[in-house]
Amino acid sequence: MFDICELHEPETLLEAKRIFNADPGLKVIAGGTDVLIRMQHGGLAGAGLLSLRNLHELEEIQLLGDGTLSVGAMAPFAQIFQSELIQKLVPILGEAAVSMGGPQVRNVATIGGNLCNGAVSADSASTLFALDALLKLQTLDSERIIPMKDFYAGPGKVNLLPGELLVAILIPREGYEGMGGHYIKFAPRKAMDIATLGVAALCRIKDNCFQELRIGLGVAAPVPVRCFEAEAYAQGREVTLETVQEIARLALKPAKARSSWRASKEYREHLIEVLAQRAVAEAVKRAGGCCADEK
Amino acid sequence: MDHKVVGKSTQRLDAVAKVTGRAQYTDDFFERDMLVGKVLRSPHAHAKVLRIDATKAKALPGVVAVITPADLPTIKFATAGHPWSLDPGHRDVEDRLILTDKARFVGDAIAAVVAEDLLTAEKALHLIEVEYEVLPHVLTAEDAMAEGAPVLHENRPGNIVSSFGVSFGDVEKDFEAADRIIEGDYETSIVQHCHIESMSAFAFVDSDGRVVVNSSTQIPHIVRRIVAQALGLSWGRVKVIKPFIGGGFGNKQDVVVEPLTAAMSLAAGGRPVRYCMTREEVFIDTRTRHGMKLHLKTAVSNEGVLQGIHMQVLSNTGAYASHGHSIAMSAGGKFRPLYNFRSIKYEPKTVYTNLPVAGAMRGYGTPQIFFALESHLDDIAREMNLDPVALRQKNLITVGHMDPLSKNVVRSFGVPQCLEKGLELIRWDEKRKAHKGQTGPRRRGLGMAAFAYASGTHPVALELAGARIVMNQDGSVTLQVGATEIGQGSDTVFGQITAETLGLPADMVHVVTTQDTDITPFDSGAYASRQTFVTGIAVRKAALEVREKVLAVAARRSGLSPAEMDIRDRQIVETSLGRVICSLADVAMDSYYDRILAAPITSDTSANVRINAMSYGATFVEVEVDLETGRVEVLELWNIHDSGTIINPKLAEGQVHGGVSMSLGAALLEQMLFDPVTGKPLNPNLLDYKLPTILDTPTINAAFVETFDAAGTFGSKSLGECPVISPAPAVRNAVLDATGVAFHKIPLYPQVVFEKFREVGLIPDRQAERSVQHV
Repeated sequence: MFDICELHEPETLLEAKRIFNADPGLKVIAGGTDVLIRMQHGGLAGAGLLSLRNLHELEEIQLLGDGTLSVGAMAPFAQIFQSELIQKLVPILGEAAVSMGGPQVRNVATIGGNLCNGAVSADSASTLFALDALLKLQTLDSERIIPMKDFYAGPGKVNLLPGELLVAILIPREGYEGMGGHYIKFAPRKAMDIATLGVAALCRIKDNCFQELRIGLGVAAPVPVRCFEAEAYAQGREVTLETVQEIARLALKPAKARSSWRASKEYREHLIEVLAQRAVAEAVKRAGGCCADEK
Repeated sequence: MDHKVVGKSTQRLDAVAKVTGRAQYTDDFFERDMLVGKVLRSPHAHAKVLRIDATKAKALPGVVAVITPADLPTIKFATAGHPWSLDPGHRDVEDRLILTDKARFVGDAIAAVVAEDLLTAEKALHLIEVEYEVLPHVLTAEDAMAEGAPVLHENRPGNIVSSFGVSFGDVEKDFEAADRIIEGDYETSIVQHCHIESMSAFAFVDSDGRVVVNSSTQIPHIVRRIVAQALGLSWGRVKVIKPFIGGGFGNKQDVVVEPLTAAMSLAAGGRPVRYCMTREEVFIDTRTRHGMKLHLKTAVSNEGVLQGIHMQVLSNTGAYASHGHSIAMSAGGKFRPLYNFRSIKYEPKTVYTNLPVAGAMRGYGTPQIFFALESHLDDIAREMNLDPVALRQKNLITVGHMDPLSKNVVRSFGVPQCLEKGLELIRWDEKRKAHKGQTGPRRRGLGMAAFAYASGTHPVALELAGARIVMNQDGSVTLQVGATEIGQGSDTVFGQITAETLGLPADMVHVVTTQDTDITPFDSGAYASRQTFVTGIAVRKAALEVREKVLAVAARRSGLSPAEMDIRDRQIVETSLGRVICSLADVAMDSYYDRILAAPITSDTSANVRINAMSYGATFVEVEVDLETGRVEVLELWNIHDSGTIINPKLAEGQVHGGVSMSLGAALLEQMLFDPVTGKPLNPNLLDYKLPTILDTPTINAAFVETFDAAGTFGSKSLGECPVISPAPAVRNAVLDATGVAFHKIPLYPQVVFEKFREVGLIPDRQAERSVQHV
């Protein structure tokens, strides 16, 4: 039983924005896999909910004219990893999506909800970060498109204006075209778990040299981060075991891991280096490169 | 022996009901005007309750009653699900009240609310004002035994619940004379059963003024007694009903929610009240598996002959005794009839601490003991450069062995064959060779562990089981047992035993699965892997009695003596000729409607089983260890059993799958964590408590070495708990084989494994190396 005082279930985005505009205090609920857990044991007591689940217009995954891949905020993870477009253009996002929860959770949990929940462990966040994704946010009378890095304000906090909804995730053509990628979710369990560390690596390889490398980390700092130093180092370098090891070492730079009972700082930092190396090596392989005597 | 039904994988009787959702569990039943109960729990690990003010809570609309310790009888009662003992010196520890005026762990039940709905009940909890005097607390057994430690229960000033040990032979003499003495310390963590169905009950006062408790329990007849004792009622005034159960694993071999649920109904004027725990409550305030610390010291000859062993066990039982006093003792009995030690000294100490209560859990202390013993044997083998399997093979007991303390006799002993089978199935020698000289970050290894277990509790406790059979007009029979089907498949097995005895197909035995203490025969319930062995004997006895009565009626019809006839495939036949005399249905119709001789064929009997049978087995496993992340992956696993005759192979395999999964969880992932300062549980939910999912579970291979044990029905022995004993040490030993690193504590959680590898220099400390280079 949940202590819910009102529930709005608009049928259109416009209606949703109107309701939210009139009462920005409403708690937005998408798939509910985070919100309802928070409502247990008296959390968010007496909340009014604005449910987006009837907004089927926000479930669409489509390729826009300019090559931008648009993923509706209400697309559930099951739909994302089964989507032909995603599998063809950004398979790494499919990898991240299928690593989330279990089948039941993936059937209802949405990518927009995953991002707006603000958890640093969100499996989609580090991957979207590495994909240079943009977020399309709308209120009743405004729209803005911001990069991932401007969205995260702190642990569990995102920059949403009063009455503002995330409507779509935009992955520009440059974000994915010609890139090989790999997402590693490291968690104690292989399903139904939250990441101890998430590493998303994407690269474009030409003549066995890095044309471009992007690495996103989850749970390495209070918010998902990009490894810009490692990325800059890779630029133009030949793919060798030493290069990849150095990239992995540099991937530690943006990390601000901390110790908790779930994992120690030392272990997380060790994992960042080990898993960044593995993720980059696999991404290289998928991008057609060859990292000789890789482990 | 040529059996028609026994030994066949007949379909479980409840299969269709369960997969179609027709099976009704405690929460599926509704009574009119049903209320909801909720519990107020202590935020402190140890605190006296000075004052409770429920005025505001009582004033909340929808609240029917608020119960505090002052509203309840002050009768301390024991919760452990054991048969009552007429000998007061042999009873369980009576240390519990329904609600307590002194909190002994974070989550201890202080007050309860009965309300019209759950939200109102939860709101009311927040309105109850409690004033505590916070006391110092202890979380480890060592701290609890230290001089000046806070005392949890006044009548146990040293916090020691029990320290009753046993010994035979002269272990000191064996140590003096030994070629080698090898010692080791081992530790297991606190884990939980994680049955799918929560702890749940509802209670009401019926039209006769009796208290009716419906509960998800393994022990309905014991629940009846303890509810009556806790509330100061005459035992006959309580009736307990057990519908379908979604798992218990020992947690429901304890009386946890029933006395409080009954008290809630009484406080609400007898209206039905449901009390169903949340998963978080199940973690905090039901039972756990004892975390144990074990010190093993073994005398061994240069040839690898095990001579004497001294085993010291420190068992953390948490805030109340529950089964604590009995578990360390019982587990000390199970490991003895396996290796041929000439002296054993077993010294357990079970200690109160301010943690959730530890109680019965599948294996009842034995998994902890065998984790230590089987790890220790591999450590011995390694230190003495012996083959670990050969070390075990060299030291096994033989058939005819009598335990010098329990006097239980080993009548069947399939361990040598289990070991042979394991070596062959996992291709031990071939893989050993292949693993030689491994380098790189992923290493493979092989490990094994053996175990011994018992069938029921004889000679420690009463083993009484009831069975009742009624033959119906069509020759089918209806079987009632007092034993409890909790998912393990016991009803199906009882049906098979009955069918085999009466010449019936399995589907002509109808087993009543719902237990109702008013109606079902007496039996102490599902625990100690006793059902097939103990209740099976009662069922066989009842079926034989029915058979005798059937043949007596047939004798009347045929003029033959009963000894000249048999029941085969629903027909009465003249044995020597194979000639059909009449159908079983003809006999049944006579028994109901013969104008002169009618007397329905029934049996209502019980068996007081005063014998035991040791069950055995081993696990063989191959693992791969990721040195860099500390993750251990089980690649191949064989869980092999000597459980005597296997009555239903499919169900036996199911037991193996469940038990192995439970043991692998304890070996690799599961542990309940507590804040070391406050004693608050850190992970009381299924996200943070890492119960393995199906993706974390390797293919589990079951194999059986079928011995015949004269003590058991159709030669059968126990199996229920056996599969949970040996996988964890086998995995630990495989990691040792793969990496050369001996772990002494489970679970082998990735971070812990990583830290150990770094400590022993198996993986470089990349950051430290670099900082050295920079200097």
